[in-house]
This record gives sequence, C-alpha cells and structure tokens, in this order.
Amino acid sequence: MKRYGDVVALDGLDLRVSEGTVLGLLGPNGAGKTTAVRVLATLLKPDAGTATVAGHDVLTKPNAVRRSIGLTGQYAAVDEYLTGRENLRMFGGLYHLKPAYVKVRTDELLERFDLTAAANRSLRTYSGGMRRRLDLAASLIAKPPILFLDEPTTGLDPRSRLGLWQVIRDLVAEGTTVLLTTQYLDEADQLANEIVVIDKGRVIAKGTADTLKDQIGGDRIEITIADVAKANAAATALRSVSTGEVSIEDDRLSAPVSGGSTVLVDAIRALDAQDVAVTDLVLRRPTLDDVFLSLTGHTAEEDNSPPPPSRRRGRGQ
Amino acid sequence: MTTGAPEIMKRPIIGWGLHDGLVVARRNLIQTIRVPELLFFSLVQPVIFVLLFAYVFGGAIPIPGDDGASAYRQYLMPGIFGQTVAFAAAASTVGLSEDMKRGLIDRFRALPMSSGAVLFGRTVADTLRQVLVLTVLSITGLIVGWRINNGIFNAILAYLLLLLFAYTVAWIGSWIGLKVPNPETASTAGLIWLFPLTFLSNAFVPISSMPGWLQVVAAWNPVSSVVLAARELFGNPTGIPSTAWPMQHAALYTLISCAVLIAIFAPLAIKKYRSTTSR
Ligand SMILES: Nc1ncnc2c1ncn2[C@@H]1O[C@H](COP(=O)(O)OP(=O)(O)OP(=O)(O)O)[C@@H](O)[C@H]1O
Ligand SMILES: [Mg+2]
Repeated sequence: MKRYGDVVALDGLDLRVSEGTVLGLLGPNGAGKTTAVRVLATLLKPDAGTATVAGHDVLTKPNAVRRSIGLTGQYAAVDEYLTGRENLRMFGGLYHLKPAYVKVRTDELLERFDLTAAANRSLRTYSGGMRRRLDLAASLIAKPPILFLDEPTTGLDPRSRLGLWQVIRDLVAEGTTVLLTTQYLDEADQLANEIVVIDKGRVIAKGTADTLKDQIGGDRIEITIADVAKANAAATALRSVSTGEVSIEDDRLSAPVSGGSTVLVDAIRALDAQDVAVTDLVLRRPTLDDVFLSLTGHTAEEDNSPPPPSRRRGRGQ
Repeated sequence: MTTGAPEIMKRPIIGWGLHDGLVVARRNLIQTIRVPELLFFSLVQPVIFVLLFAYVFGGAIPIPGDDGASAYRQYLMPGIFGQTVAFAAAASTVGLSEDMKRGLIDRFRALPMSSGAVLFGRTVADTLRQVLVLTVLSITGLIVGWRINNGIFNAILAYLLLLLFAYTVAWIGSWIGLKVPNPETASTAGLIWLFPLTFLSNAFVPISSMPGWLQVVAAWNPVSSVVLAARELFGNPTGIPSTAWPMQHAALYTLISCAVLIAIFAPLAIKKYRSTTSR
C-alpha cells in the first residue's frame, strides 16, 4: 500500500509476473500505475506490504533488484545536453559495464532503435519519439532480465508506436520479463500475456485480453443503412456473421462479432448479397472506457473527482 | 543481438563510489561545454561586479590601514573571488532540480550505483567549473590593478581554499536543489541565502565599518574567513584585523567550517536523494 496524504495510491495491489512474459498494467490517469512501478523499481517505499523482484526484496535488497531491472519512466529521462551516444555510454558506465562492451552495445542499440544517424547529436535536436527510443535503449544497455515500461508509447505517433511494440516483442522473445503500464486496451491486447486492470490503486479485473473482452462483450459491428425498409434484410445479413443478438434501431444496426477486421469483409459481402445499401459501417472495438464502464460503473474520465470517503482510508496489505 | 552477456568491469582501485561520481561529473562538465552561453554569463556577472566595485564604489570605501591608490581594488578582488565561488552553489541547486524534473534522478536511483555518486559528481563538476571562473576573474583583476604579492605558492593555497569553499557550498546548494519542488523555485531558493551570506562578510567592506552586532556575525561567517585567508595568502590589504578568533586564524577556521558544513550537508543531501522522486 502507498499513501500520499489522503490519497491512497496503492491499495492492496497484488501482482505476479511470470518469467519471460508481459504483464499489462492497465488503468486511467491516477490509477496508481506509476506508483506501482516506482515501488517495484525501488524508487518508493510502500507504506505497507512487500514486493519481490527477481527473487530480491525491494526493501531489503534494493541494489540486487536494481542490477536486474531496466526502467523506462513515463517521461523520457535522458540528458538533454549529451548526445545519444554519450547518454548510452554514461548509463553503461553507471551499470559498471566494461568500456569495450559499452562501445559495442551502444552501437548495437543505436542501430536497433534507428538512431545511428542522430547518434552524435545533442538530444536537444531529438524529436519526442527519438527521445523515447533512446530512453528505452538506455534501460537496455545492461540487458536486464526484467523491464519496467511506464506508458512507453504515450505521445508517440502510430508508426513509432508499432515500432516500439515490435521492439518489446523481440525483447520478450529473447526472454525478458516485462511489466508494461498503459492506458490503452489495444496496447495491452497486442503485447501482454496477462492484463491487470487497476483503478484507485486496486485490482478491479485480471485475465488475458480475451477474457477481459468477453467480460465486456467484445467487438461490435455497427452499420447505418440507406433505406430503413431494408432493415430486416440487413439484420439477416448481420446475423450470418454475428456471434449474438442483432439490435436494430431505425436505420442503425449493431451486432457482436469476433474475429477482428476480417469479419468486416464478410459483413460487406453478406449485406451485398441481401442487396442492402450501407452508408456507414464500423467495427467498434471495446475501449478502456468500455472496460471501465462495465467494471466500475464510471468512465475513465471521471476519475479526477476525489474518491469516495470509504476508498480514502484504504487498508494495509 | 551481436553482443553476449553483459561484461562487468573489475572493481576499480578508486572504488565504485568514486568511479560513479566521475562518470556523473563528466556528464555535468559536458553540459557546460554544450551550453557555452551559460558559462559565458556566469563569467560576465562577476566581471561586471569587479568593474562596478572597482570604478563606481571603490573610491567611496576606505580601507583602514592602507590608503594607496589601488588599495580598494587590491582589497576587493579576494572578496569578489569569495562571493563568486559562494554563488556557484546556486548552479548546483538549479542543476539538481532540473535533473529531478527531467526524471534523471529517478533513473539514476534505479541503477545499481552508489547513492552519493550523483551528488558527488555534481559537486565536483560545479567546483571544477570554478577553476575557469577564477582564472577569468584573476585576469580581470590583474587588468584593473590587483596583484599577487606573496609568491606563487601562497597564491595556489589561496585558490585551493577558495575551491574547497566552492565545494562546500555546492553540497548545501545540492541539498536545497533536492528539497525544492521545481526548477523555478530552485532559481530563487538557490540564490536568496547567498545574498546575506556574502554581504554580511568582509568581501566588499571592512568588518570594522559595520555596526557592533553585525561585526560578530561577519567575523564568524565562513565567507569572511575564506576571503581574509585569501587576502593574506595573496598579500593583499586586509583592513584593520578583527580580534574575533576566526579572523585571527582565517585559514584554519575556513578548513574547520568547510569540514563541518560538508559533514552536515553531504549526509543530509544524500539522505534526501535516497528518498526523493520526481513529481
Ligand atoms: N508525489 C505525489 N504526491 C502526492 N500524490 C501523488 C504523488 N504521486 C502520485 N500521487 C497520487 O497518487 C495517485 C496515483 O498516481 P500515479 O502517478 O501512480 O497514477 P498513474 O496511474 O501513473 O497515472 P497516469 O496515467 O496519469 O500516469 C494519484 O491520485 C496521484 O495524484
Ligand atoms: Mg503514470
């Protein structure tokens, strides 16, 4: 448990990450994701409770923990004035790696993160995405078996995000254990073996992406038809691709589906076969908001309001 | 991946703490080179002080016991040296608070390095920067009529004392930098204590010209002792000597007060560092 004055940031949070897997810690702003990562990375002492990282207690053996982890915080924490290469060398030195090893490893990481061309430029000339990549590279310099990534893709453009996802997948394939925090369900979906949803410092759901999605109903296909008279034909078409009830509301129909975007193609074919003209057709994936609505009864945005009194008191773990 | 398992260094003779500190110091010194504007302005300010005091106030401040034409300039330069190295503490305050805001301190704290190293590196780098500052100031002083009258050996001792003092205030500045919530606060909090510290001293005016109670404060102020020790070692006029013990044993009192201040503020700063997180 961790408390800041009246705010209980972590409240009986219980996490377990199996070696070589990715745990996605999902939650809205203020859920306690960063606080949890900071406790596990030995930066914060919990007010109560224990945590073990790589077999070492974070409270009694912080240095042993630090030797096994790489931390990429929510905001890029690299030196602005140093070049990319100098940053990596500095961190290599601080991990007590041999200079010759650091040299090779630095080149390797710069290459891998597509920063070789910018390697000798001061970070003041880097874009946000480049900084983030360098930040991740810095935490990988000593090849830590455990990696903490606090919202690693927040603020990245879609292309950089996909690139970073690939890097994380590669690391996991090499055997790295990752704890990833995110506000995006699809990110957790893409990367995590297991997802833990937290809100106000508590676990409110856990499971694989599929079990969580099932809990909130999964994907839905939503169409708007040009001619209301064709509603029944449209419903028939949707029924052929749907996994549940088709709901009809004037010219709008929606139906639960599974199977990702290929189902869209099937739906279009089915609608075409029924001779239904469609003005709009979307596949709606469950968002974090949907998870929240169904799990807590309030949306993610509402979380900035103060927690109800009973939550404030919290309890030790 | 082309590299194999991480290859760890053998423990260096100087120990990990010193090794880590030097890695951080190197980084802080590279910053100095990368932002030459900052260095330039940190040099310009004391130079302006020299010129202002030497030409504007100089004639109005008599130095008891010495009425030579350049007496005040001779008297002034060690005072400016003392004031300048004291103000270097503000750089430590702002620098650390910026590192904290950027999340660098968090990152350092998650590394398996010794906990004093970041602060050690910071204070060493900030002190080394003063070598350059003192050089530029000394040249300015020589141009306006200041002289080293007591031999090069004593002059080196004077510079070393000034650097020790710079190192001491860098620890105090570091502690403040970790205490304040953001760099904006740091730039004021890092400075305000330095004004009374440097002006309630013999840096610009002789202690004998102050009201009685202030004389006591000024006599026990370590800025006065480091400035007086520098004056003695450079062979510059000292004004009428105060009878207070620190003013009778300026160099010794400087050494003692630096040792005591470091013994207080280094552990305080390191303790704060161990528990601090950004935001
Ligand atoms: N240093 C602090 N002082 C006071 N309260 C804090 C501090 N750090 C965090 N909190 C509070 O603790 C709670 C959890 O914060 P935390 O930063 O862990 O959330 P988060 O899930 O990382 O949010 P975000 O998505 O915005 O990064 C919030 O209510 C926050 O206001
Ligand atoms: Mg956060």
